[in-house]
Amino acid sequence: MIENYHLSHLKELEAESIYIIREVAAEFENPVMLYSIGKDSSVMVRLAEKAFAPGKVPFPLMHIDSKWKFKEMITFRDNYARQHGWDLIVESNMEAFRAGVGPFTHGSKVHTDLMKTKALLDALDKHKFDAAFGGARRDEEKSRAKERIFSFRDQFHQWDPKNQRPELWDIYNARIHKGESIRVFPLSNWTELDIWQYIRLENIPIVPLYFAKERPVINLDGQLIMPDDDRLPAEYRDKIEMKKIRFRTLGCWPLTGAIESEADTIEKIVEEMMTTTKSERTTRVIDFDQEASMEQKKREGYF
Amino acid sequence: MTIQDNPNGEQAFDNKKMSIEEYLDQDEKKDLLRFLTAGSVDDGKSTLIGRLLFDSKKLYEDQLSALERDSQRVGNAGAGHIDYALLLDGLKAEREQGITIDVAYRYFSTNKRKFIIADTPGHEQYTRNMITGGSTANLAIILVDARTGVITQTRRHTFLCALLGIKHIVLAVNKMDLTGFSQEIFDRITADYHAFLEQLPAENSSLSIPDVKCFPLSALEGDNVVEKSDRTPWYDGPALLEYLETVEISEDHNMTDFRFPVQYVLRPNLDFRGFSGKVASGIIHCGDEVMALPSGKKSRVKSIVTYDGNLDYAFPPQSVTLQLEDEIDISRGEMLVRPDNQPHVGRQFETMLVWMDEEPMDMSKSFYLKHTTNTTRCRLDHIKHKVNVNTMERSETDHLVLNEIGQAVIVTSKELFFDAYHRNKATGAFVLIDPITNNTSAVGMILAPVADEALHTSAALPTIDLGRLGIAPEHRDAVRRAFRELERQGIAVNLVE
Repeated sequence: MIENYHLSHLKELEAESIYIIREVAAEFENPVMLYSIGKDSSVMVRLAEKAFAPGKVPFPLMHIDSKWKFKEMITFRDNYARQHGWDLIVESNMEAFRAGVGPFTHGSKVHTDLMKTKALLDALDKHKFDAAFGGARRDEEKSRAKERIFSFRDQFHQWDPKNQRPELWDIYNARIHKGESIRVFPLSNWTELDIWQYIRLENIPIVPLYFAKERPVINLDGQLIMPDDDRLPAEYRDKIEMKKIRFRTLGCWPLTGAIESEADTIEKIVEEMMTTTKSERTTRVIDFDQEASMEQKKREGYF
Repeated sequence: MTIQDNPNGEQAFDNKKMSIEEYLDQDEKKDLLRFLTAGSVDDGKSTLIGRLLFDSKKLYEDQLSALERDSQRVGNAGAGHIDYALLLDGLKAEREQGITIDVAYRYFSTNKRKFIIADTPGHEQYTRNMITGGSTANLAIILVDARTGVITQTRRHTFLCALLGIKHIVLAVNKMDLTGFSQEIFDRITADYHAFLEQLPAENSSLSIPDVKCFPLSALEGDNVVEKSDRTPWYDGPALLEYLETVEISEDHNMTDFRFPVQYVLRPNLDFRGFSGKVASGIIHCGDEVMALPSGKKSRVKSIVTYDGNLDYAFPPQSVTLQLEDEIDISRGEMLVRPDNQPHVGRQFETMLVWMDEEPMDMSKSFYLKHTTNTTRCRLDHIKHKVNVNTMERSETDHLVLNEIGQAVIVTSKELFFDAYHRNKATGAFVLIDPITNNTSAVGMILAPVADEALHTSAALPTIDLGRLGIAPEHRDAVRRAFRELERQGIAVNLVE
């Protein structure tokens, strides 16, 4: 038999991610995997399952529920966790939720600060997690291109982009003092195309909202928004129209723009992605809030 | 359906009129090339990267329109030219300073390969960043300005690439348009460069670059970047991208010396006990005899387990789980090797050390040393000399400061299982971590083990005499276990009974 010592790029990326995930399980006392229910999270979760097979993954999943997620995401989350035997933690900023905070009434900045960033930081403190996996990729956005794989956060969860620890070879510095933490990005070197390729190759389940279907939408300042519950302000209600759409990223429904699309299979999504001229983050409303806005959010503790 | 002008650079898709399924099936099999770009903004480095991304259609429309908008507002490229540096320099602080201050990673792909670019700055104070970006690179592109030729910075970058063991170097002679695409100038620069390579200090055969290629380019105008230029008829080599797509890298891993640092012990139930980790080097088959270090106990590989089923053999950089035929106690940080091919086992070695910390080296301090999956305490025994990265000259010193490189001797508390870095990157590299700040203070590339006589200080471990301490024999087992655990955490003592 002739042996082949050649790995495809996907298998090489997979091997690298598994190594990173195992390293965290070995070096930290109380890690958690942040789960956004999106396609990147779905890949990250599968990689964690691979890292410890045939055993169970030795850390829980945590979803920060902003209370404005698409209903299909929540259903998918609960089914996946149950079917794959994950411990699932769900946390929300209930104080802000009870005060009625939402994107329509408070704007995307206040909503994101309170329902996403603050909810996340409070949950990390509450459970005393010392490492948190995130599914961010370096090709998504400029400030992420410089992020370390093991990214140090001080006791206030803040990131200091000018003072990052040198990170060489595959030797990751996991040492922290009490109260500090590390954000870990095992998908750092994956691109959007790699993610889709891997989902196809591995048959990884994803939320159906990624696939095109006739859905109700309204045009809000150039973004196609799908009203997912009765919190859509009354003035928009008569503007709803049916369109064949899908989502390239998933988040809070009022802040996530859909695209008109015919792509109802992974192959068609990839085909569409390769012919499209817009990068995926253009459908995220929060990126446009302010100059260098993602970097600002990351410094404050958002992923 | 065919696809044109796609943003991922998959032009072949259109040419061959293959279906999306065929395309994806082929794409899955592409391999990955990681490369470093070194040079300053003045050499047109960002323009070259922008050109590789742009001409292989990776830039999306909204990135391009943001870039055009920013170029008008804060660009330095001059009227009519897109300032690619704005796209590459992600952080706000850098945009204000106008320099790249850290490593940024970029991704693109063609129909032959996927690429990861580590974009690092050229300024001397940022040697730290170049070392960081280069540590995982298969190849380095070193830029020179055709008008100035090989300069101090070029030598520095080349020295650092050689130190990191990068096996392929591209000398990109850029801005050829400003010299009228002169063959004479290009030939002179490449001759200068080869002459310089000859002078690289070949200590311990660690500083040599097996594969060097030179390219005459104009990144700004696109000559010889993605397509061969008709303005350099005297140049008979490939365009840069074609070379990047085809350069052979599969032999860059050490496939000879099997080393498997145990990363995680997997014990989901009483029937399964596996040792998870990455194959750092060499190849392992089911049934092969292996030896655990440091215990020296031998067994055979019963199975090579992955989520996707068992494998007959595994090779670097695969992440697998090994099951052995015999019950052997092995922990994280220990290593599986072949009995007939063992690494050095020891507590003292000579190393090249790059100081990465704002805080200067303090010889009296002890550090954590992380090597493969193993962590131990260590101290610096002495520094033999430091190396001037610009002239390669050595000079005496008693400490190193940020961005300095020296040859030092280190003594560790527990035994490490190591190889010389130039033979095996995976088992020759380590980092030093400051135990107070937890900063990664330095990184090292091991040269060779050293004998006791070569040490300036004593390597002896602290001795604990159980008898003299009055520990009764019935308690000694517990004490021994406690010290074994302490040793796993990196602090070894010499137990006497």
